[in-house]
Amino acid sequence: MSAAEEVVAEGHEAVEAVPKRAMTLGTGTSLVVLAALLIVPMFVKNFIIFQMTMLLIYGLAVLALNILTGGSGQFSLGQSAFYAVGAYVSAVLMEHANVNYALTIPISAVICFGFGYLFGKPALRLSGIYLALATFALATAMPQLLKLNFLEHWTGGVQGLVVTKPDAPFGLPMSQDMWLYYFTLAVTVAIYIFSVNLLRSRSGRAFMAIRDNEIAASSMGVNVALYKTLAFGVSAGITGVAGSLGAIAVQFVAPDSYTITLAISLFLGMVVGGVGWLPGSFVGAAFIIFVPNMAESISKGLSGAVFGVLLFLVIYLVPHGARQVAILGQQLVGKLRKN
Amino acid sequence: MELFTNQVLAGIATGAIYACMALAVVMIYQAIDHLNFAQGEMAMFSTFISWQLMQWGVSYWAAFLITLAFSFVAGIAIERILFKPLVKAPVLTNVAGFIALFAIINSSAGLIWDFTIKQYPTPFGSAPFLGSQLISTHQAGMIGVTVALLLALYFFFQYTRIGLAMRAAASVPESARLVGINTSWMIALGWGMATAIGSIAGMLIAPVVFLEPNMMGGVLIYGFAAAVLGGLSSPFGAVVGGFLVGVFENLAGTYIPGVGNELKLPIALALIISVLVVKPAGLFGRHIVKRV
Amino acid sequence: MTPLLNVKDLRAYYGQVQALHGLSFSLNEGSLVTLLGANGAGKTTTLRAICNMVRSTGGVEFEGKPLNNRSTESIVRFGIAHVPQGRGTFTNMTVEENLQLGAITRKDRAGIVSDIERMYAHFPVLKQRHTQQAGTLSGGEQQMLAVARALMLRPRLMLLDEPSFGLAPLVVRDLFGILGKINREDKVSILVVEQNAQLALELADQAYVIETGRIVMSGKAKDIANNEEIRKSYLGY
Repeated sequence: MSAAEEVVAEGHEAVEAVPKRAMTLGTGTSLVVLAALLIVPMFVKNFIIFQMTMLLIYGLAVLALNILTGGSGQFSLGQSAFYAVGAYVSAVLMEHANVNYALTIPISAVICFGFGYLFGKPALRLSGIYLALATFALATAMPQLLKLNFLEHWTGGVQGLVVTKPDAPFGLPMSQDMWLYYFTLAVTVAIYIFSVNLLRSRSGRAFMAIRDNEIAASSMGVNVALYKTLAFGVSAGITGVAGSLGAIAVQFVAPDSYTITLAISLFLGMVVGGVGWLPGSFVGAAFIIFVPNMAESISKGLSGAVFGVLLFLVIYLVPHGARQVAILGQQLVGKLRKN
Repeated sequence: MELFTNQVLAGIATGAIYACMALAVVMIYQAIDHLNFAQGEMAMFSTFISWQLMQWGVSYWAAFLITLAFSFVAGIAIERILFKPLVKAPVLTNVAGFIALFAIINSSAGLIWDFTIKQYPTPFGSAPFLGSQLISTHQAGMIGVTVALLLALYFFFQYTRIGLAMRAAASVPESARLVGINTSWMIALGWGMATAIGSIAGMLIAPVVFLEPNMMGGVLIYGFAAAVLGGLSSPFGAVVGGFLVGVFENLAGTYIPGVGNELKLPIALALIISVLVVKPAGLFGRHIVKRV
Repeated sequence: MTPLLNVKDLRAYYGQVQALHGLSFSLNEGSLVTLLGANGAGKTTTLRAICNMVRSTGGVEFEGKPLNNRSTESIVRFGIAHVPQGRGTFTNMTVEENLQLGAITRKDRAGIVSDIERMYAHFPVLKQRHTQQAGTLSGGEQQMLAVARALMLRPRLMLLDEPSFGLAPLVVRDLFGILGKINREDKVSILVVEQNAQLALELADQAYVIETGRIVMSGKAKDIANNEEIRKSYLGY
């Protein structure tokens, strides 16, 4: 086959190869978005601020999945497990050990990183559908593990734990919701920048080499085992941070909040946002937060069906997710500039 | 020791459910190279249709056959209308489509027939089978039907021209087109057959787990696990896998302390995955040599 | 006389890349034509474009009928058999199943059975291995199988993409001998794409040379083979 033929060869790779350049927004657009995120909360009600906080939190979780699947090509339906661990770490530390909420974030990140790394090890031999099953097993096991009797003293069993929402520090004149929003925003921006740099770094290139062709990558000297487990670890760590922030925002952790439904929602968020496109994580998060509500307001009895129909509409119009819309937008802007 | 044998036998009996579902799963996998998450829901919906027909006075076997035909046609229709347009889209997008289909079917069934549990009849009766306390006549019937289905599928794939064409289309689609096979329709046919088989699974399972919109959730997962354990390319493996999963599940529940009903699923899955780590292509799967 | 295959101004694209830039040639019934050229010149693309396996514009006519907007499988049903690069064997199926697949569009059971016997006569090694999985055959054997499978269609036109690729010289001579026989005795028109120009020119009646997606030379195979200048500039020997 000629080189041209190979480039456009038919047939599905398990995960579409997204070129490195395309994985982020341009600097200009990023600054505009950031400015909006900073200013808007000053003008809206607390409940909207809360929703924006949840958007950032789920966005982080989808971003983590994007690094794992879009970046290193490993398919995971188990992110809800890491989210749950992060949430519980924060809740337990805050309520049983009086640890400051901000401190629980890095602790959660480290613990979940370890957890993810450990899970990644036996998962090395699995890929595609097999990995999906394994991560699915993890996700279904987690709520049950959290309900186990001998952990009840710490986890609060089926009832879960109530989490105290922190006040703004130094007596700053803002509501708890607003403070938590800016705190979450800071963490999100930090993680986003970290992720962008990670994917641009040597490790990121290793991830993508593994995603595109594991055998070729290994024959080029990439330590496949190391990078695959690393990807799992990083992804779990970020998801854990999201879980911690979620626990604080919602003021509550309980086993049945972290079921396979959450894992599936995060997966859908990744697809709708555009697999491997980091900014799309937040578009995807918006989809999974707002569209189910929309569906319910359209028809209470058929809310699932309406959601399904809306999801189908999205994937027909933009099979490659929000990234496709962004590329179209870029092309339009390019054409306008020429004229 | 007696407890062990009893649990194994009981596991085989429940495993018939998973074996039947696993057959449908493998059927679809052969056609489209993916697993369809909505298959359980489609089986459930078909079962509801047959129930509704019986509510309207249709006899069991007439309802069974009508439902079978309906499921076959519906499977083809769903593929042509909903998934043919996604054929060029990435795999993960297709998976999102399966999830959307799941939501639509589950929700619709809930609206039409509500979520209360309903009794579903069995043509085999529920007396103890040959006097055994562990296997009822219905469970024996399930095993019988599953094995019969497996034989029929084997015959279909090995000895009919259309079966050969389907195998070719699944194995090397481009070459299949080059011998004149319409690979697109082979996919549709695969969906039709998988949906029909799924409906049989549903109609066999409903008497045991009772008919309600969420009845297939756990069964589907075990069906996937069984199919994967058996090796996704082998219907025979799927059936063996189904029985094994039933046995694993029972033994795990009996012998591992602290494992209540809720943890049976993850433990069974963990066991299966351990097998896969040792034998990545499944017990009877063809070892796929990865070409670079 | 209308040519069996008439290609006019064929352009083909892989995504944004254009691989054929207005190719035109024709093939008469009963002839054996070879398409020559260097790697990447567009030979394989030409065959794929004829079978509509790649996006293309321009006119391709078979027995006067246009092939343009038809699916690959319907083009095959017109009687065009394509042996692709790499043979495209159904590796998971037996040798005999591969042959049966070649005839899957035919309805005459008796004819199919007798044709399979004829293939075994042409290629005895296939008969020896007829219950073996096709993937276990050697390269040369798989090539024979691919040709036999194509013949099971009872094609009017056979397209072959680099049949000599990866085969030992003796095996190639054997294969080409059989191709010549099929062309003369079974009256199957053949279009063979080849990198091994010398052998191809010995076999063929007509030859075309492609370079970067265009025909740059055409003529009787004998004349091109005897023309040292052409051989040196375009064919490298």
